[in-house]
Amino acid sequence: MTVAKEYLEYPLRRYGMDQDFYEWSLLVKRPKVKWPNGARVALWITTDLEFFPLDQPAKPFKAPGGMVTAYPDLRHYTTRDYGNRVGIQRIWRLLDKYKMKSSVAMNSKVAERYPYLVKKINARGDEIIAMGVDQGKLHYGGMDDAIEIAQVTESVNTLRKLSGQPVRGWMSPAKSESWNTLKHVKNAGIEYVCDWVADDMPFELKAPDNAGKLWAMPHTSEISDRKIIIDNKHNEDEFVEQIKDQFTGLYKESAKQGGRIMSLSLTPYISGLHYRVKYLDQALGWLAKQKNVWVATGSEILDAFKSQ
Amino acid sequence: MKPDLELYDYWPYEGRPKITWPGGKKVAFWVAPNIEFYELNPPANPKRTAWPRPIPDVNLYSNRDYGNRVGHWRMMEVMDKYKVRGSISLSVALIEHHPEIIKECVDRNWEFFSHGIYNTRYSYDMDEAQERAIMEDSIETVMKATGQRISGWLAPALTHTERTMDLLAEYQFLYTCDLFQDDQPQPVKVNKGRLISMPYSLEINDIIVYNSYNATPRRYGQMIKDQFDLLAEEGKESGTVMCIPLHAYAVGHPHRLAAFDEALEYITSRDDVWVTTAREIAEYYYENCYDTCAADIAARKGD
Repeated sequence: MTVAKEYLEYPLRRYGMDQDFYEWSLLVKRPKVKWPNGARVALWITTDLEFFPLDQPAKPFKAPGGMVTAYPDLRHYTTRDYGNRVGIQRIWRLLDKYKMKSSVAMNSKVAERYPYLVKKINARGDEIIAMGVDQGKLHYGGMDDAIEIAQVTESVNTLRKLSGQPVRGWMSPAKSESWNTLKHVKNAGIEYVCDWVADDMPFELKAPDNAGKLWAMPHTSEISDRKIIIDNKHNEDEFVEQIKDQFTGLYKESAKQGGRIMSLSLTPYISGLHYRVKYLDQALGWLAKQKNVWVATGSEILDAFKSQ
Repeated sequence: MKPDLELYDYWPYEGRPKITWPGGKKVAFWVAPNIEFYELNPPANPKRTAWPRPIPDVNLYSNRDYGNRVGHWRMMEVMDKYKVRGSISLSVALIEHHPEIIKECVDRNWEFFSHGIYNTRYSYDMDEAQERAIMEDSIETVMKATGQRISGWLAPALTHTERTMDLLAEYQFLYTCDLFQDDQPQPVKVNKGRLISMPYSLEINDIIVYNSYNATPRRYGQMIKDQFDLLAEEGKESGTVMCIPLHAYAVGHPHRLAAFDEALEYITSRDDVWVTTAREIAEYYYENCYDTCAADIAARKGD
């Protein structure tokens, strides 16, 4: 086995990044951001409303939370569906209790299948973020371009039509993109995406082929029930503790460095379980008591950020 | 392939010549921030894929980049607070990509050593000329940017060849961080010259703790303190080495900083710790310990 000559060549070894999607920038060197009413932390709560089809393809990979057993995997299908029926109601009750807004990342299939959820989201004044068609229709490097355009169009158009919302944000199912996802979502009128976790604040993305600019919003993969409870297998007390620690860290930093964004990502079939809801209640109740917090949707935070 | 590269001799942990660190300290403590660059679209390697998902794996790529854009500064400020100088495990190409980070580390008189050119280029199956090329590139590029002649090596993504250690000795590296057989430095058997293994860690390493053991931040803080306590106790018999390897994309998240801060406070407030760098440990070891340890290893061979 030999290693090709090209393996020791570095054509993109240069100042800045090795790709053209975004520019290199140190967070600490950027101008301070001010949030409305002197808030120091913008709290961006997102919930995922997902449809995992029973015939979910395994290629190129299965979205986290997807089917596990041989077909028909009713046990995973229905436990995920539990979130859309029961779990989300419990989360919404808590958000109502603390008068908190949220953004909802939603597969367009969920909106089609469960119109009730769209009505409820609109009644709450929450924002819908397009999360592709369903959790079986991924976006990934090497996929057929026409298929990807069709998936983006179906997702964004369906959600706009059914909700009447402008739908300005995009989260790819499983946060997976192809080389062209940014171009296609930009062409569909999307303003921000949630797949890039390089920062704690928004940063500009360039869609390929000069399709224009978008914003990367700092949607966390860290302070999420999926990461902490499912992947890391931490208990609920530890979930609450890490939420508090994240806030405390960002709040402290904001004293010197200006406004920060805290993203909290919730999954109804995880956080909305009977025995977990009281811990989510503790976390949200604690956050609600903190000073200088602005609870807002992704679009509201982005607008405040862009206006500076 | 061979069953053993015979890089070192078996050497029982008890009854070794006593190592006493400067000032009579029991533990030589060093912190190794890995400052890494992961390429979005590196050339394919037949032995290992760079990303778990099809390229472009934008989510994991940006997760890694978080360390450089955001996390590094936080980690550096905690280290400043406790006057801990880093010994940087550097993806050497980061010198070109992010000179601002390099400057901050140079200004703090931190040590640099090589962690390959990119953490997405693996050494497996490289021929001798290729492996020499990445060592020479590392030596020259770091020298040019920082004025430091690098002394240490941690193979890119921990990928090696059978000849890596011989080449390191030939290029007069003082230490390798690639061997995990002990809590004290010791001679590595090389063709020509000298080389020692420097205790690094794949246990108290933030990536292992957070991504393999899936520990909570507070648990990580406790692991660091517990490890220090034991090594300080054992260090009374013969000095030990403790390294905390870090990655700003892991430790540099807001919810993880406080536990790391507390752990550093705990260690640096002890009076039995020598807070130092890997190069200083290696230099002290060559000057004061290498010969007696090598002689003891030779004498106890076949014990």
